[in-house]
Amino acid sequence: MRDLIRKGRAWKYGDSIDSDQIYPGKYMHIHVPAEAAKHLMEGVDLQFSQKVRRGDFLVVGKNFGLGSIRGGVHLAFEHLRLGGIVAESFSRGFFRSCISEGIPVLECPGAVAKIETGDVIEVNFTTGEVQNLTRNEVIKGNKLPTFIIEKIFSGGSIPLLRKMFAARPE
Amino acid sequence: MNKTGMTIAEKILAFKSGKTKTEAGEFVEAKADLTITNDTSGHILVRAFKQVGIPRIWDSEKFVICLDHLVPADNPQTASNHNLIRQFVQDQKIRHFFDINEGVHLQVACEKGLVRPGMLIPGNDSHCTMFGALGAFGTGISIPETVELLAIGKLWFKVPSTIKLDLYGDLPSMVTPKDIILEIIGKFGADGTIYKAVEFSGSAIKAISMDGRFTLCNMAVEMGAKIGIIEPDETTIEYLKKRTNQPFQIVRNDSNAKFERVESLDVSTIEPKVSLPHKVDSVVSVREVKGVKINQAFIGSCTNGRFSDLQIAAQILKGHQVHPSARLIVNPASKEVYLKTLDEGVLKILIESGAVICNPGCGACIGATKGVLGDGEICISSTSRNFRGRMGSDKAKVFLASPATVAASAITGEITDPRRFV
Repeated sequence: MRDLIRKGRAWKYGDSIDSDQIYPGKYMHIHVPAEAAKHLMEGVDLQFSQKVRRGDFLVVGKNFGLGSIRGGVHLAFEHLRLGGIVAESFSRGFFRSCISEGIPVLECPGAVAKIETGDVIEVNFTTGEVQNLTRNEVIKGNKLPTFIIEKIFSGGSIPLLRKMFAARPE
Repeated sequence: MNKTGMTIAEKILAFKSGKTKTEAGEFVEAKADLTITNDTSGHILVRAFKQVGIPRIWDSEKFVICLDHLVPADNPQTASNHNLIRQFVQDQKIRHFFDINEGVHLQVACEKGLVRPGMLIPGNDSHCTMFGALGAFGTGISIPETVELLAIGKLWFKVPSTIKLDLYGDLPSMVTPKDIILEIIGKFGADGTIYKAVEFSGSAIKAISMDGRFTLCNMAVEMGAKIGIIEPDETTIEYLKKRTNQPFQIVRNDSNAKFERVESLDVSTIEPKVSLPHKVDSVVSVREVKGVKINQAFIGSCTNGRFSDLQIAAQILKGHQVHPSARLIVNPASKEVYLKTLDEGVLKILIESGAVICNPGCGACIGATKGVLGDGEICISSTSRNFRGRMGSDKAKVFLASPATVAASAITGEITDPRRFV
């Protein structure tokens, strides 16, 4: 298998960013992905959804995503198509959410100290290595099991299910 | 030969993945016994399921839907979302559907006997850890993962290692299971048990009612846990007997099970606790913040909206009035709790003291309906999360505490140790 690599600009935020900062409860009735995307990360950066481009990376601190599992995050991710999320550590629920959404995730202790907003990073999910191309540094993350990497790069749960059922004879 | 045994978590995942043995750290594909969603995730889930392109869900008996977060609908979009779910329930012939009158989905699922020992129940809400109070493996999963369950009934899991907490001693008067779990979260931190199973055991647990056990397991997720779990005993069986005639299998730890670590805690030393804004794990004793003025007091939610929670609040509020500069909002967690508190005169005391009683459901906990906080307001709440903006304005502050502490604070208008009202 070829190494699965993605490159993108980094947006850096701090530790313990919780569900209510990532997607406030008051937007729970929204069902349109583009609408939901406007509110992603609103609690930490009101302009996030305007600044971020497809393929960009979130670089975040410890316990990213603690708290509630918000459906709106699914919609926002579907719309924004981030390149991935590199975190010092993830909350379990959020970590699994990303995998099922096809959002590449990498736990990478030390990343926050070596990456700044605007840096271009290249993440090799197969090896678990992050290269900061702007600062010419390499940071070693915790590589994921192959089946999870494959799941992510197949687009997550829903595209995989579609494929599975399309291949199945009636 | 001294072969290592399995913990409850390892055993349930082994059974559900058709293996005789699993070990912490292993990945398995396991069949779920049940999955569950609510209205705010449910409308997105239904739309996502439709993208898969299959007509029917995996098993219409194994899916619980309960409308509880935004009930009754508070805007036209929410009303449409509810209707989308109702239509799906009809089309898919889903039996375990509970409409806006029933209460918080997690509580309702337990009360209706749908959660039983040994079951694997990954659901659409982070507080599914609560099912561990009945000896089930309950854990939160995302919308696409729930779609997987709806389509094929199975999902991947990493087998968690278990941290066993041995709780002993007698809980002092006016100190509740909420104070125990706040104390524990304060010790471990919000990321202290990420991906772990946290087992509550010991003589102190034996003495705690089901209501209190639900509170403990419910909040295990606030320190990152994948599940909270309590080995079923007579109290569990008594609870289940009244609610189901379905068979169940109690899963226990093997005597030679391997725990990541075992920690002891003497609950007789615990004081009433609060968690300070905006982090669940910044926990101090009530006396350290006493006198902080409050605008709102809230009792409710899947964490602390059960009968004993409203009962202890009434015990404190009896003969007192809510302070003129504060308001008290109460949401029974379910219709069952609502009726029981009505029958036993608990609601009367609360209403006479000046409390506003809302219909069963999530209520103010989620900051989207009934009891939303304004700029600069301070709330003391019996719920599980005090993140910035959680209950409304991001300029509001939320202190988390037991229903006893919330009730005592409602009387004085400032954060107050409930032992003052013994």
